[in-house]
Amino acid sequence: MKIGLFIPCYIDAFYPNAGIATLELLEKLGQDVEYPMDQTCCGQPMANSGCNSDAAAAEALFVRNFAKYDAIVMPSGSCTHHVRDNFDAIPQTEEVKHVRKNTFELVEFLHDILKVEEFPWAEFPHKVGLHNSCGTLRALRTASMSELGEPYFSKPMDLLNKVKGISFATPKRPDECCGFGGTFSVTEEAVSARMGLDKVKDHHQAGAEYIVSADTSCMMHQQGCAERGGVPIRFIHIAEILNGARS
Amino acid sequence: MKVKPVNHAKAAEEFLDDAPHLTFHDERLWDMRQKRDQQMHLLPEWQELRSRASAIKEHTLANLPEYLEQFEANAKKNGIHVHWAADGAEHNRIVGEILEKHGAKSLIKSKSMVTEECDMRAYLEPRGVTVTETDLGERIQQLDDQMPSHIVVPAVHKLVPDVAKIFAKNYNTDPNDDSPQSLAESQRMAARPVILTADAGMTGGNFLVAETGTFVVCTNEGNADLSATVPNLHIATLGIERIVPRMADMGVFIRLLSRSALGSPITQYTTHFRGPQKGGEMHIVLVDNGRSARLGMEEFWTSLKCIRCGACMNTCPVYRRSGGLSYGAVYSGPIGAIIDPTFNERKYSTLPFASTMNGSCTNVCPVKINIHEQLYKWRRVLAEHHELPFVKREIMHMAGKLMGQPTLYRTAINGTEVALSTLPRFVLYNWLNPWGKHRELPHPVKQTFHSWYKKNRLKDKKESQGGKA
Repeated sequence: MKIGLFIPCYIDAFYPNAGIATLELLEKLGQDVEYPMDQTCCGQPMANSGCNSDAAAAEALFVRNFAKYDAIVMPSGSCTHHVRDNFDAIPQTEEVKHVRKNTFELVEFLHDILKVEEFPWAEFPHKVGLHNSCGTLRALRTASMSELGEPYFSKPMDLLNKVKGISFATPKRPDECCGFGGTFSVTEEAVSARMGLDKVKDHHQAGAEYIVSADTSCMMHQQGCAERGGVPIRFIHIAEILNGARS
Repeated sequence: MKVKPVNHAKAAEEFLDDAPHLTFHDERLWDMRQKRDQQMHLLPEWQELRSRASAIKEHTLANLPEYLEQFEANAKKNGIHVHWAADGAEHNRIVGEILEKHGAKSLIKSKSMVTEECDMRAYLEPRGVTVTETDLGERIQQLDDQMPSHIVVPAVHKLVPDVAKIFAKNYNTDPNDDSPQSLAESQRMAARPVILTADAGMTGGNFLVAETGTFVVCTNEGNADLSATVPNLHIATLGIERIVPRMADMGVFIRLLSRSALGSPITQYTTHFRGPQKGGEMHIVLVDNGRSARLGMEEFWTSLKCIRCGACMNTCPVYRRSGGLSYGAVYSGPIGAIIDPTFNERKYSTLPFASTMNGSCTNVCPVKINIHEQLYKWRRVLAEHHELPFVKREIMHMAGKLMGQPTLYRTAINGTEVALSTLPRFVLYNWLNPWGKHRELPHPVKQTFHSWYKKNRLKDKKESQGGKA
C-alpha cells in the first residue's frame, strides 16, 4: 500500500512536529509513505465559508497530488471530513471519487485500516485530557457522541490506552465544541475565544497537564486562549504521543 | 430601504461582557441539555422514537394539502371555525376581525411563536385591544418590550434582579425583592384579575391532528388552559406545519417533546382541544407565512419538521454564549439560523455563520433535522446570492486562487507576502486581527514541515537513488 501524506497548511507552518511525528509513526509501522511536495490545502476554508467555487483550484490540485496513492492519510479530522463529505467544487470523476474514498484521518487509519495493536516505543507519563474535534467526533465518528446515548467507543482512547504511563482527566463537557470553527474564529472572535477559554479551563480543572487531540487547528485556537487566559496547560498532537514523545 | 444584516458577533460580544448573566445563561441551558440526556438514557427506544417522529413529519409534509384539508373538515365538524392566513398581515387582520365582531377589548394569550412572527401585539394594540401574555417568561418579555430569547424559556437570559426591576416598574413591587417565589406571586396577583375579566383568549398550539380535527397544547404553567377556557372566545393560532395525521402519532411526539425541551418526561399540562366550550366559540387560524415556500426549497424543507422544543438551542455552545436576542430574529439558535433566512435572506445572512457547525444540534433534534448540514448549505446559497461581506468574499477568492498554485503558495508560507498583492495589506490584517483580541498567536517555528521533509527525506532519497527525486 502506497500512502500519500497530506499535511494541512497550519501544521506545515505552525506545528511541523505534528507532521513529522505522523510521518515517522507511519514509517515505524512499516508503511511506504510519500509527501507530495506540491500540496497546499484541501479546500475546506473556502467551502466552509460558502465560497465553494473558490475551493475548486485547491481541490483539483489535491486530486492531482494524491490520485496515485492507495491511501491518503492526514493528521486532521476536519480536512478529512471536507475531502470525504463535502469535496464537490470539482466534477466528480473516477479519480476524485478514488481520492475521497481513500482519504483517512490518522487515528482512524491506525485503528481501522492498520489495526495497530501496540506502540512499544510510546510512553507518556502525564495526565492528559482528550479533545475530540467536532469533525472527528460527529462527522468521522471516531468516538461515541454524548447526545445519542450510544454505547461507548473511542478510537483515539483505544490507541492512547496502548501508551505506557499515560493517565486521563475527564472534563465535564467532553463533547462541547472548543469554538475554533475556521473563519468563525475571526468573524465571531468573542464567542470563539470564550468557548476556547471555557474548554481549556474544563480540562485544566479536571487535572489535565496536556490536551491531546487529533486536530491541531482546535489546539492552535485553544493554546492561544490558554496562554492569554493564563491557564497553565500544554498541547500535543496524538501522533506525537503515539510516536514516542515523552513530553 | 436597504436592510442591514443582523450583527450577531457584536451583540454576542456585548452579551459576553456581562459575566453573571453569561455564566447563568450557559449553565442553565447546559443543565437543560443534561436533563435531556438523562431522560434519553431512560428510554432505550429513544433513537427509534426520533426516527419515527422524523418519518411521520416527512410523510405529513409531503402530503400537506391533503392532511390540512382533512383537518379543516374534521375541525368544522367539531364546531371549530377554521381560518387560513397566507401571511402575518392576514393573520392579524383575521384575529382583529374576530375580536371586533365580539367587541373584545382584552385578550389574554399563552405562548405562541407564530404570533411573534406576525408581530400581532403591535397590530392589535393600536386598535384598542389590550394583549396580556399569561406565560410567566413571555409576560416578563412583554413588560420589557423584548422578543422571547428562547422558544421554550423566553426570559432565560434574565436574572432574578432583572425581573424584580421590571415588576417593580409595572406592578409597584419591591425592586430589591430577589425571591423567585414572591415575584411569581406578584405576577399571579397581577395576572389573575386580567384573566378573569378577559373578553377573549388566545393560545398557540403544538400539534394539529388531522384525523380528529383537534389540536394539542403543551404548557407547564396551565396558562394556556386558563387563556382558552376562562373567556368564551378561544382563538388558536398555529403554523400549518404543526399537523400530524393521527391521534396515535401523539404517542411519539408527546414522549419526545418535553424530554427534549426541558428534560422532563412530559409537560405539566397536555391539553387536547376538541371544540368550543358550551356557549362559547372556538376559532383556529392556520398560518402559512412563508412555510409553503420553504416546503419547496429542496435543501431546507425538512426544517419544517421542527416541533419547537429548543433542544438545539440548549446544546448550542454559541447560543449559550451569545443569548437568543443576539440573533435579532423571532427564531434564534441553530434552528433560527436555518429558518430565519427564509424570511429575509439579507437581514439574516449572518446567522448561518454564527455557528461552528459542530453538529451537536443535529444530534439532539428529536425530529432529526440535519441542522448543521443546512447551516453549511445556507452558507453556499448566501455566497451564491452575494450576501457575504465584501472583504470575506475577496479573501476567500484570493485564498482559493493561492491554494491552487503550489509555487506561489510556498512563497507565501515562507514569508514573502505574495498573498497581499491582490488585496491591500490593511484589509487583510484588519480581517485577521480579531484573532489576537482574546487569544495569542501560534508560536513561530524554525522550519515548516515542507522544508523539514525536503532536508530529511528527499535528500536521503536523492542520495540513495543517486538521482533526482
